[in-house]
Amino acid sequence: MKEKVTLIVFSGEMDKALAAFNIALGAASMGMEVTIFFTFWGLNVIKKNQGPLKSRGVMRKMLNFMNRGGSKRLPLSRFHMFGLGKWMMGKLMRNAKFPSLDEMIALAHGAGVKFVACTTTMGMMGVSKEAFIPEVDSFAGVATYLEKANEGKINLFV
Amino acid sequence: MKADASLDCVGLYCPMPIYQTAKKINEMKTGQVLEVIADDEGIKADAPAWCRITGNELLGIEEETGAYKVYVRKAK
Repeated sequence: MKEKVTLIVFSGEMDKALAAFNIALGAASMGMEVTIFFTFWGLNVIKKNQGPLKSRGVMRKMLNFMNRGGSKRLPLSRFHMFGLGKWMMGKLMRNAKFPSLDEMIALAHGAGVKFVACTTTMGMMGVSKEAFIPEVDSFAGVATYLEKANEGKINLFV
Repeated sequence: MKADASLDCVGLYCPMPIYQTAKKINEMKTGQVLEVIADDEGIKADAPAWCRITGNELLGIEEETGAYKVYVRKAK
């Protein structure tokens, strides 16, 4: 039986997403079965970088305009400084040969990590399935997460 | 120590050496030995932990100036 790991990515910041993917890729490399649930601001991590975000209603349109998301658009949780901090962090990461968030997403997906998007947040914020990258395996709610989490010992909220 | 394959992880930080090791070991045959060369100090603790969880055998870690050589035998 494979050890099961569940991660909840609630945050929509690059550094926090990187930490989550770091653990996910590590766990997959240890032979563990990893599922990441993306909810609330965390959905921004798995949104496509290209294309418009379609949604209905003035408030949702406004929200999705300000909260566009996409792995390349995520801010840093500290020292973002209108993008200057993020640019510097990106440079440090490249110097350290550390994968970008995009590369981490691809590596994790390639290593068998499952991506689940929260349908409640999608419904509330008016984000459709088409807004997400194709690596997203399924769309589900809290019961799916709890069932998975119940089978494993390692469960983190990021 | 003699190895059947070698993996250069110099300059890579966690979790990349572990990820690369897992990938390489997957391609190898049971009983073969993999040499992992890394310079991130974390490998000293991470390689044994990885072996304990995955069931592969840690044959030893050699410390050289500026790099660690980790030897892992594929279990199954």
